[in-house]
Amino acid sequence: MPRSAARREGSPFTGIGPVYLKELADNLSSIRMLVLTLFIIVFGAFPVASSLQQLRTVVGSDAFLFLRIFTIEPEQVPIPFVQALNFIIPLMAIGLGFDLVNSEFNRRTLSRVLSQPLYRDALLLGKFLAGITTLAVAMVALWLIVFGAGLLLLGLPPRGVEVARGIGFLVVAVAYGGVWLAIAMFFSVIFRSTATSALCSLGLWLFFFILWPMIAQAITMAFVPAEITSLDQFMGLQQLGLALQRVSPGTLFSEAVLGLLNPETRTLGPMLPSQMRGAIMGAPLPLDQSLLLIWPQVTGLIAGMIVVFTASYVIFQREEVRA
Amino acid sequence: MSDNVIEVHGLTKVYGAAHAVNAIDLTIRRGEIFGLLGPNGAGKTTTILMLLGLTETSGGTVDVLGFDPVRQPLEVKRRVGYLPDAVGFYDHLTARENLIYTARLLDIPRREADQRIMEALRSVDLADVADKRVSTFSRGMRQRLGIAEIVMKRAEVAILDEPTSGLDPHATFELLEMIRRLKKSGVAVLLSSHLLDRVQSVCDRVALFNKGRIALMGTVVELANQVLGAGHPLLVEATGIDVAEALSGTPGVQQVVPAGEGAWRVTADRDVRAEVARRIVTAGGALTRLADLQPSLEEVYTRYFQEARHAA
Repeated sequence: MPRSAARREGSPFTGIGPVYLKELADNLSSIRMLVLTLFIIVFGAFPVASSLQQLRTVVGSDAFLFLRIFTIEPEQVPIPFVQALNFIIPLMAIGLGFDLVNSEFNRRTLSRVLSQPLYRDALLLGKFLAGITTLAVAMVALWLIVFGAGLLLLGLPPRGVEVARGIGFLVVAVAYGGVWLAIAMFFSVIFRSTATSALCSLGLWLFFFILWPMIAQAITMAFVPAEITSLDQFMGLQQLGLALQRVSPGTLFSEAVLGLLNPETRTLGPMLPSQMRGAIMGAPLPLDQSLLLIWPQVTGLIAGMIVVFTASYVIFQREEVRA
Repeated sequence: MSDNVIEVHGLTKVYGAAHAVNAIDLTIRRGEIFGLLGPNGAGKTTTILMLLGLTETSGGTVDVLGFDPVRQPLEVKRRVGYLPDAVGFYDHLTARENLIYTARLLDIPRREADQRIMEALRSVDLADVADKRVSTFSRGMRQRLGIAEIVMKRAEVAILDEPTSGLDPHATFELLEMIRRLKKSGVAVLLSSHLLDRVQSVCDRVALFNKGRIALMGTVVELANQVLGAGHPLLVEATGIDVAEALSGTPGVQQVVPAGEGAWRVTADRDVRAEVARRIVTAGGALTRLADLQPSLEEVYTRYFQEARHAA
């Protein structure tokens, strides 16, 4: 169609500010947000409390005490706090995103809003950014609570490098939430029914958490030859397994967090003896080296978020506005 | 040229192989109320969406207030108010908050917006529920809030899609009154409807849609002449006289047909009421009723689609 090739005039960002502010206000004042926050507190309080209990006994002997709050596996609770977050952040993002677009259809507000001077771009992006901001607010609040509790119960302040690594962790957590928010929004663009959209997002979430590790393993096993003859072959298989695992955003998140919060982490894949040469086992990496280590993971998360957002954007542009 | 707010030439919309809108021409003048009529699926809503740039066109040109909705949708949408079929508002916000959101999207400064919103709400009698949540509103109130949005926007053109569908007679009456007021303030109104007698009472001109084409366009009387044949039909009721005989030879009267006990249907090519009354009275008859049978849009509509079906 030649006419669709005609350039449209005016900025695609016209009106993005009001959309963003309204969505943010809606998110923050909604009961749903309250429920999600409660959810995080309930799931997070237990691991944090038990790690703190345990850490009090080792104060002074560990240089990264505050980071341990996140990563230590407490005796009473078998999941560290970051793992709980790995599980809960997607749920929160889905909770915020599953009805972003289709609820506008169902309330019949979409055509009225789009008849105001703004492009669909602004509506979608404004909603997405408001969702990200909401996630960020929740994560920062959580982070401050954890650090605050650490201050009170451990009785010593965090070191600068710990705070820096903690902030890095926040960024990774928000990017991870962004991926799931984009996925939830994608389904909310595709399906007019909010229930279907929520079900699909949750289904994908469960798939990545429960099924995907097994499937990835099964695929890798299928490639194992009768006899592994060389180290290269073995490494290749390892790499394949890892690459498959990394399709899941959860894997990227936990790897990135591992690199940030466990400064001793030197590699996120198999380690060759050649790489070990000259290394002092258990010695922490400097922050910039850790960042370098997790850079691909962070990029992967952000890229995933952008790809999924773009997909929903393309579909939304083509959608008919009539209900 | 400057008197036309909307000019449409050869506008076409194709969905797959089906022509939802097929090469229609349409002009809407400043300050008139124009009705789009037709059965469901005739292409009325699609046309409206293309006028607003909410749906891409497949062919033809559209000019709304000098702007092209395909290339300059923002300019069009800044000046045109739209009330969709069964309009929705954010239920958890109040009437005022809903309008504040629209005002922000329109980039109206806050202080001016507050003032405009109150004026608009007052003009649609919603001022006393301005701070009630929209979830408590009836359908009629939502439609009125939609009109308030257009008033607040100070739109030059208002496009209303089925504004009266699903409203009770009283609410319909009120809404039509508001539409007339919009017209009085100089706004051109384009409305689509299938409630024909209501449309007839407010519209200056109408276009009859059929299968994506405009079948007929003009004032209600013009359409009636076109479809029902020219003439001013009269209903005459009188006793003690044969009206057909009394009126024979009256200039302008074309036909007098008995229409029941003491009633006749008179067809004339002009308004002959005074002459008819004089003749009956001088002939010694008691005139009990002399009604000008306004051509009803419903009749036009029914007849047209009957003929269209026969032709098919």
